[in-house]
Amino acid sequence: MSWDVIADNFGRFAQGAQLTLLLTIIALVIAFVLSIALALLRDSPRWWLRHLIGAYTLVFRGTPLLIQLFLIYYGLAQFEMLRQSFVWPWLSSPLICVLIAFVLNTTAYTTEIFAGGLRHLPAGEIEAARAYGMSPWTQARRILLPAMLTRSLSLYGNETIMMLHATSLASTVTLMEITGVARNITLNYYIQFEPYVTAGAIYLLLTLALVGAFRFAEWRWAGYLQPRRG
Amino acid sequence: MLSDYIATVLGAGWISLQLAFLSLVLAVVLGLLGALCKRSGSRTLRVLVEIYTTLVRGVPDLVLMLLVFYSLPALLNQGFEAWGWEYSVEFSPFTAGCVTLGLIFGAYMTETFRGALQGIPHGQIEAAHAYGLGRIRTLRSIVLPQMIRLALPGFTNNWLVLVKATALVSLLGLQDIMFRARGAAEATGKPFTFYLLAGSFYLAITVVSLGALVWVGRRYSMGVKELSR
Repeated sequence: MSWDVIADNFGRFAQGAQLTLLLTIIALVIAFVLSIALALLRDSPRWWLRHLIGAYTLVFRGTPLLIQLFLIYYGLAQFEMLRQSFVWPWLSSPLICVLIAFVLNTTAYTTEIFAGGLRHLPAGEIEAARAYGMSPWTQARRILLPAMLTRSLSLYGNETIMMLHATSLASTVTLMEITGVARNITLNYYIQFEPYVTAGAIYLLLTLALVGAFRFAEWRWAGYLQPRRG
Repeated sequence: MLSDYIATVLGAGWISLQLAFLSLVLAVVLGLLGALCKRSGSRTLRVLVEIYTTLVRGVPDLVLMLLVFYSLPALLNQGFEAWGWEYSVEFSPFTAGCVTLGLIFGAYMTETFRGALQGIPHGQIEAAHAYGLGRIRTLRSIVLPQMIRLALPGFTNNWLVLVKATALVSLLGLQDIMFRARGAAEATGKPFTFYLLAGSFYLAITVVSLGALVWVGRRYSMGVKELSR
């Protein structure tokens, strides 16, 4: 066993964990904002808008994230027009491509979670808001969104864990997050066991921390949905 | 020229499907065992299953795959060497992929099946015992048919995620649709076309599976009262 290699490379793992967290947080924050907008429009009375969003979520939930990532990182280079344009410096950076793929992917899942939450709101809450004469904007801000978010909390928690785990795919396009660091160390030191076990342990810790955070959030903000005890 | 590449890529879809089906069988077996253990009276079994599901769901699929493909043989071979055996193991990408996906989705199936078992009214099992049905007969005629209905939504979801997860095994070197798409992309200089082709293959499986499972769902929900709305 050569755990001393892991100890020597502790700094690299810490940097990898930093990049993993950075990717997860940026993707989740952007996706959160987009998903709320899309979820409100998901059941819009305009049929074309409904179907457009439905088609988007079907395509991005129906294909592997790895393919989406490769389509963006390798695939876009096929178009000469894009390569000549001013966006190319951004689109040729792995970091930007990974973030675009992650945001598109997790937004599709989160939109469906939030839209599902909106569909299951008790009709009485919305009727009461209308009876109070709230404008659509006030209704959304005071009634729809808080009620939908608290109800979606556990599913959304699962999605954030999926996102954390999905960042491991960033290693396939040369980014040095936790998995990338582990892969690199196996190649440099010819050891196959310790780096991957360390990577797995770091992910496990991060996952448990997320699970704990969401348990707390559910207890704090969604407690009113639980049946009263005693 | 291009059509040859397209045929090769789509032909490799068969490998992906084989991998998905074999992993699904393993996952269902592990899931049933896990669910029964979780409901059993033995504390040790329950804790063991709890550790299994937490570990598997706390680590990314890709990392688990690398652990099974690279780390597990390395550990075994070190052990063999320490014992002085002239023996070394190595997994093929297909075996490693199948075992990993089976393990991962076995954990998800455990949760799905446990939930389904809980949904079966206890009175029915007691009634079966009162009629003199044995344990196996009760499981086969009373519990399993209803479990299929109750587990179907979760099962569908797990299957759809499983099919997409098979794309990861291409990173171990399995020559599946993803691997072939990559090869064709590099050979022809048309990466977008070929990754789009591979993506459409997965999307087609998703759509077909959704359709099939709606049909199965209707078949197994016959005679179930729905709340009128």
